[in-house]
Formats: sequence, structure tokens, C-alpha cells
Amino acid sequence: MATVLQFPANISTLNNYNDLYPDWTQREVSTGTTIMAVEFDGGVVMGADSRTTTGAYIANRVTDKLTPIHERILCCRSGSAADTQAIADAVTYQLGFHSIELDEAPLVQTAASLFRDMCYRYREELMAGIIVGGWDPRRGGQVYTVPVGGMMTRQPVSVGGSGSSYIYGYVDSNYRPGMSKEECLKFTAGALSLAMERDGSSGGVVRLAVISEQGVERQVILGNQLPKFSTV
Amino acid sequence: MSEEMFPEPEWLSEEVKTGTTIIAVTFDGGVVLGSDSRVSAGEAVVNRVMNKLSPLHDKIYCALSGSAADAQTIAEIVNYQLDVHSIEVEDDPLVCSAATLVKNISYKYKEELSAHLIVAGWDRKKGGQVYATLSGLLTSQPFAIGGSGSFYINGFVDAEYRKNMTKRECQEFVVNALTLAMGRDGSSGGVAYVVTIDKDGAEEKCVLGNELPKFFDE
Repeated sequence: MATVLQFPANISTLNNYNDLYPDWTQREVSTGTTIMAVEFDGGVVMGADSRTTTGAYIANRVTDKLTPIHERILCCRSGSAADTQAIADAVTYQLGFHSIELDEAPLVQTAASLFRDMCYRYREELMAGIIVGGWDPRRGGQVYTVPVGGMMTRQPVSVGGSGSSYIYGYVDSNYRPGMSKEECLKFTAGALSLAMERDGSSGGVVRLAVISEQGVERQVILGNQLPKFSTV
Repeated sequence: MSEEMFPEPEWLSEEVKTGTTIIAVTFDGGVVLGSDSRVSAGEAVVNRVMNKLSPLHDKIYCALSGSAADAQTIAEIVNYQLDVHSIEVEDDPLVCSAATLVKNISYKYKEELSAHLIVAGWDRKKGGQVYATLSGLLTSQPFAIGGSGSFYINGFVDAEYRKNMTKRECQEFVVNALTLAMGRDGSSGGVAYVVTIDKDGAEEKCVLGNELPKFFDE
């Protein structure tokens, strides 16, 4: 069930509401967010906005929510910033170790499973929605989504975060299987711009990453360069 | 105890809501309104073929969302008030008048009511118009969406709406938007009702489930 997640239900806000202190000193840091990943033939395109909020204050307006887990595996983080950073660090360690043991590049599915194991085991304490994307020699470009609660499923295109509710319609209607890398980039940038326009917890710049056999290619699209959709 | 052995189904005590997706779009010469057809009480669907596009006058319709009882009552009251008004002025009412009547009720009773009506129609003075009356505000817009399913199509309508669409393009836009929303919102579903209003009158159409457009994952 996708709902507009302004604040997670299980976050305890401090009971003493004091007019002397601004709201954001008593709020948890949350990556409000819109994140997205799309598979194409030969790799994946991953994208995210760049806003981190504590209540109404934007703690970081240029956040990098695309976190490297391994050489050709990235994850998009949404939910509690602390939780997702901690999980990503733990999985990076575990995957690094596993890859040394195996003496070859890890599978994207392995990375996703590690995320899933942690998110499911500690589901009561965590608030984390993660999309894992990457390229491996066995199955090419893959996107796995591990939403809040700890399920894992592979999808050709996946969106997440509070801003994702607004773009389900756009994604459903504009995605076609077999898009090229450039089409995927345009599609992702467009979707993220639309979500950032409508969701108060998403904004800033659009960060994109393309993962393929050649490696990881990153770009940033600044605010004034975002695609415009005129509705007037 | 017998009450515990056979607990009453939740939906008997849940309020009946039109979960809903509603949309209204202007084109040059008129408006197109669209809605889904699902009415839910908790998890149960109590009516799967409800027409949420309610006539307020010959060329003015409103789209209902929120609490089914509240929305229907507002529509009936405004229908009556608009009839009286149009007899007094001896002319067809303006869409703006209809929208103002809806807004007056929504605003005055905003604490008690939980319904959102989109008013749309055609009049001689300004042609096709769409008014949103959420929580008692009144605003004229090129198009408006409402209901729980509308969250999912915000991005879609922002991207796909263009000014000066033809009547045909508007109808397709409305059906696509409704289909996408019904695909993602559990409280919206069933068939799509589409009403097209222009200077010649109002034309009602029902698009059945199997005739709705299909998207990549079906």
C-alpha cells in the first residue's frame, strides 16, 4: 500500500513541545525522498532527489542518496537517514567480504538479499525503503526493490520514497520494455522532476547513475536544467 | 459469548466512502469529466458500478469524492438551489454560480463534512470551465483531479496535459488517467464513467473494464 509518507508512524516525537525550540530540533532526520531505478539492456539507470529534512527544515539540500555498495552495485536510500546509512554500511562490509571469499564480482541479487535479510530481521526497529541496482556478468542489469517491511522483489522499473506516490501514473504509462540508455535517463529525470514538483519532502537536484559492464557513470542535473512540464 | 464467536463484519460499521478517482478537464468549447465507479466501506466494495458524475443542471455536472452520503447530499441541495436560481434569472445558470453554491456549503459545514466535489460545465459567458472546491475553497483551473486515487496520477497529468487539446484528445487523456489511478489505488476501480459537456449538451459514456487501455505490466 503506497501512501504519502510525510512522517513514519513509529517514530516517537518528543513529548515536550516547547515553543522556544524550533520544530526541527525535535524531529528525526528523514530522507523524505523520491528514488527510482530502471533496467535497460546492458545495465541500469538509478536516480534520486537530493533533499534531507528534519521536520520542515532541509538539513541537506544536496544529499547523495545513491550509495555505492560494490564496484557495480548501487543502492537508493529512502526513509530514515540514520537507518539507511547504517544498513548500507553493514551490507557494504558483508558484500566486500563475500566477494573476496568468492574471488569474483558479487551478484546484484546477493546484495539485495543481504539488504532484505537485515530489513526483515529488524523490521520493527527500522524505517528503510531501499532500491538496489547494478550489473553483474551473469544476469546483466537488474533492479531489486526492498521496501519497508523487508520484502524483496525484482522489477524492471521501481520507484520509492514519499514522492513516488505522485508518479506511479506517469511511470506506468511511459515505461516500455526495451528502452535505450538515453531514453531511460530521460524517463528517470522526467519522473523525478514531476515528483519533486509535487512532494514537499523531495527537491534539490537530480542525481543519476548509469551502471553497466563499463562501470558507473554519474551525473547531476541542477534545478534550472530540470525538464519542465508546463501545466498553465 | 456469541458475539465473539461471530464478530460483526467491519464494513457494517465503517463509513461508506467513495474512495475514488475523479478528474475534469477543459477543452476549447467544453469540458470532459471522468470518474471510477467503486464505493467502499472499509475493505468491502459496496457498489462497483456507482456513477459519481452527478448532474447539477443541463450543462453543469459535478464529480463526487469522499464520504458518499456527504457528497450526494451536497449535490442534491445544489441541484435544487440551482433550479430555483435559473428560474429567477430566466436563463441557464453559470458554472461559476454552481461552483459558488457548492463552495458555500463545503465551507460553512467544513467541520462536519468530508466530501470534495469538482464542478465542471459549459456556459455561454465563459465556455468550458472546471472549478475545484476542496475544503471550501473555490478556484478555476484548466483541469482538476481529486479523490484518493488522484495522488498517483499527479505526475502523469502534470506531464501529459497540454492546453488546447481537442475533445477527442481530452476524452483519451481522462480515460488514461482514470485507468492508471484505478491500477494503483485500492479504493478506485470498476468501470470508467465519462461525461462530455459542450454547447450542445451533455453526453454520458461508460467505458467497461475490458475496454480500458492496457499499460506495460498487463
